Amino acid sequence: MALDSSKTTGFKYVGTRPNRPDGLDKVTGRAKFGADAYAPGMLHAAIKRSPHAHARIIKIDTSKALAMEGVKAVVTRADFATGLEGEFGDILENVMAGEKALYDGHAVAAVAATSALIARDAIKAIEVDYEILPHVTDVDAAMQAGAPVIRAGAADASVPEGLHPNVVRYYESGHGDVEAGFAEADLVVEDHFVTEATHQGYIEPHACLGTLGSDGKGELWCCTQGHWYVQKVCAACLGLETSQLRVTASEIGGGFGGKTTVFIEPVALALSRKANRPVKLVMTRSEVFRASGPTSSTSMDVKIGMKKDGTITAAQGTFRLQGGAFPGAPCEMTAMCAFAPYDLKHVHQVGYDVMSNRPKQAAYRAPGSPMAAFAVESVIDELCGQLGLDPIDTRLKNASREGTRASFGPTWPRIGLVETLEAVKAHPHYVAPLKKGQGRGISCGFWFNHGGETAVSLALSEDGSAQVAVGTPDIGGSRASMALMAAEVLGIPYEDIRVTIADTATLGYNEISHGSRVTYASGLATIKAAEDAVQKLCGRAAAKWGIPEDAVYWEDGYAKPSGPNAGDFEPLHIDEITATMGATGGPICGHFEATPEGAGVSFAAHIVDAEVDPDTGKTSVVRYTVVQDAGKAIHPTYVEGQFQGGAAQGIGWALNEEYIYGADGRLQNAGFLDYRIPVASDLPMIDTVIVEVPNPGHPFGVRGVGETSICPPLAAIANAVSNAVGVRMRQLPMRPSRVLEALESAADG
Amino acid sequence: MVDVALWSGLRPLVGGRDSVAVEGGTVGEILDALRRDYPALGPTLDAGVSVVVDGRVIATSLTEPVQPDSEVVLMMRLKGG
Amino acid sequence: MSKTHVTTKVNGDEVEFLCDPRETLLDVLRDRLHLTGAKEGCGTGDCGACSVTVDGRLVCSCLMLGVEAEGKEIGTVEGIAEGETLHPLQQKFIEYAALQCGICTPGILVATKALLEKNPDPTESEVRYWLAGNLCRCTGYDKIIRAVMDTAAEMREAS
Ligand code: FES
Ligand code: FES
Repeated sequence: MALDSSKTTGFKYVGTRPNRPDGLDKVTGRAKFGADAYAPGMLHAAIKRSPHAHARIIKIDTSKALAMEGVKAVVTRADFATGLEGEFGDILENVMAGEKALYDGHAVAAVAATSALIARDAIKAIEVDYEILPHVTDVDAAMQAGAPVIRAGAADASVPEGLHPNVVRYYESGHGDVEAGFAEADLVVEDHFVTEATHQGYIEPHACLGTLGSDGKGELWCCTQGHWYVQKVCAACLGLETSQLRVTASEIGGGFGGKTTVFIEPVALALSRKANRPVKLVMTRSEVFRASGPTSSTSMDVKIGMKKDGTITAAQGTFRLQGGAFPGAPCEMTAMCAFAPYDLKHVHQVGYDVMSNRPKQAAYRAPGSPMAAFAVESVIDELCGQLGLDPIDTRLKNASREGTRASFGPTWPRIGLVETLEAVKAHPHYVAPLKKGQGRGISCGFWFNHGGETAVSLALSEDGSAQVAVGTPDIGGSRASMALMAAEVLGIPYEDIRVTIADTATLGYNEISHGSRVTYASGLATIKAAEDAVQKLCGRAAAKWGIPEDAVYWEDGYAKPSGPNAGDFEPLHIDEITATMGATGGPICGHFEATPEGAGVSFAAHIVDAEVDPDTGKTSVVRYTVVQDAGKAIHPTYVEGQFQGGAAQGIGWALNEEYIYGADGRLQNAGFLDYRIPVASDLPMIDTVIVEVPNPGHPFGVRGVGETSICPPLAAIANAVSNAVGVRMRQLPMRPSRVLEALESAADG
Repeated sequence: MVDVALWSGLRPLVGGRDSVAVEGGTVGEILDALRRDYPALGPTLDAGVSVVVDGRVIATSLTEPVQPDSEVVLMMRLKGG
Repeated sequence: MSKTHVTTKVNGDEVEFLCDPRETLLDVLRDRLHLTGAKEGCGTGDCGACSVTVDGRLVCSCLMLGVEAEGKEIGTVEGIAEGETLHPLQQKFIEYAALQCGICTPGILVATKALLEKNPDPTESEVRYWLAGNLCRCTGYDKIIRAVMDTAAEMREAS
């Protein structure tokens, strides 16, 4: 009998809020993050970066650097594999420039030396001759005729003829006839929206420690969201057999998508191979801003028609995403997420992936979706305002639900948008009075979530405790959630379970911790691995009792005979079985390897009150409430934490954060002083409401929670500010100068 | 035969149709059939697609079963943060 | 390059080291003394991940030179617990889940401990402004502020 512990109610451990297993290490300073590793004989590395936005590399002279005391190795592109194409080719090109430097901060050479100070001095001694080329950093400018071509031939087959070569991917979908839909509307609002590139802003810079020998065997320690992916990419960039490189994931000091790819690890390994010593490489903060993966900036047009009763008759959106000097801006995600909350008869969406002379964009929490929500939910707010409709009732009236057709094609399974909107409507915040100068905004948000390749292994100890090895780096307390799920299935206390993030030599391939997949996919795999162990425990009990295996069931940590017919036996506790396991058939382990495909999408809706200072244009968020469908909250405290963190990042994106490029194509604010993320005094407490509409694709109903929380804030805050100042805010960030301009235009108008 | 709905950006590659019918009992067989019957879709399929079967997004697994009356929609491959 | 000999106290223990005059106190703590609890989030005084106390005063160790530590008493996150007994702030941070990734936690603990020593009864605003130099990107600060307020209340009761 295959064991199945699926349930959505009646939990003993799941849904409780125990202390996290890594808590002590993290409050005492013991936890080892990327930069906290040291090795005997270790060298320190530094990277030479292009100061130009776009330049041909004529010559790199490393002789002076190499001659310096303490310098042990210098690498350039010539020290990496050749002939790579596609994804890995792009990553290598980004990790170390070939013929051209494609953005300000693009790596061109690297040094390993006996100290960090010497390495930093040595990169200054590397001489690079550049032929400076014309550059472009703005998305609309990059699409225009005559714009400098970043890389010829980068466009794929999706791009229609006649577009600029910087448009490298194109996506279009929808159904119905939007023109007919607009004709049915009582009011049509069409507007143009702009968002700037932002950075994930994890506090831990990228860091690694690599050792690679001339025999092609290597060890790598790094902070990453996915060490199997790092292993694969590094092996390709250095021409190694993948399995010969063992990668261990450090504790990770924030990622939010920005650590799903590779920036420095191949460089450390190439230097190590050349110097024959371990090499540590840590990015500075300014390097993180200039040369890791910020989000896309966008230019968007959205048009929506509505009847007087609030029915949306048609919706159309065009989303242009600037993704840096490589293909990959998530234009299709932006387009697919844009109208996902709504049940639309006529809908049409188009996405453009546009290259520019900026760093290669990387994922940032629900990549592409927050910008779409900003444009779409702003237009809906405008329509509701002009038609005198309640924003929640209007959204409820048009809400996607099970059985309706999604804007991107398929029919929705069980989803929780209606429940989420009802919870907003029922929340006291929604009807709380506002003070003068304040405005309220709400917005929906949507994200897909993801499954992916997953392997988990669980081993029982003689005393009946369990160790679980998972392959997804813990970016927000996931070890606690895994332990809770294993405890639930095994029926042993949470404290008796130790969860470790295994290295690449210990488990099968695990996809990156992204797409909010960890609690869903590693959680599912942990449950299945625990069920596998339970099955074996039942088998041992059956053998002892001399009854068939399927006459034994598992409850609360005990094997029990399944009924009077099975025989009258004292239940066996797990530790009675494990105590003798060596003599009754050997160690008992459970494992699970698969690609779970039942990830459940998740919707959120946020309520924001913003207050605008009419003299300075400064916006303060005075009250904030997050409502989101989690499917099932395994550890509710950490679910709330994800909601709050996403909201705070969204507040930064909406109000302060932006990449600012000068006319010279150089990034002007590559530091936390000028790229200002929210600090404690900027924010109010952030209320949370966890809605639980179980995902049928997970044994306990889990949907991902990490990403959706950043989808609504941009629009919710823009709507709040717009309502406070009486002018529609169409451009992010809504920094004080921009709000002042809006106030002045309102006074003039 | 299973009807596979295409996003509209793909329609020019299949003579303007919004869906095509192919043989297949799994996601993998359907993708193979699309490749064989509509070679113009090849580069898109190689770039990575997800297949939505009756509302479930299948991102990776080729062995997921598909029934003749399943709703099958091609979608671009997801990437998360 | 000639190095300077420095004698100082870290978490009550006397330590000596040789350092390059350009090395920061943070570099020295991490690379020479292997106290990696203090983190480098920016190196420019903007994130607070490197917060330590110097003679009881809260400083960004990335903004102070190692040679300036001569004769001083340095306090880092490693010195906050007393033996196996956690400081109440450490305990509350775990209970409240006032950390997600935990990279900001050492700096925030050092900073809030310094706050509570100065002001045992801070208002929420006072905590928020005191921590305005300690960036946390994961939590939105909510649970951090709650943990600090609750610790302060509990410590007041206990004293
Ligand atoms: S590292 Fe010192 S303030 Fe950021
Ligand atoms: S917990 Fe990650 S930065 Fe604060």
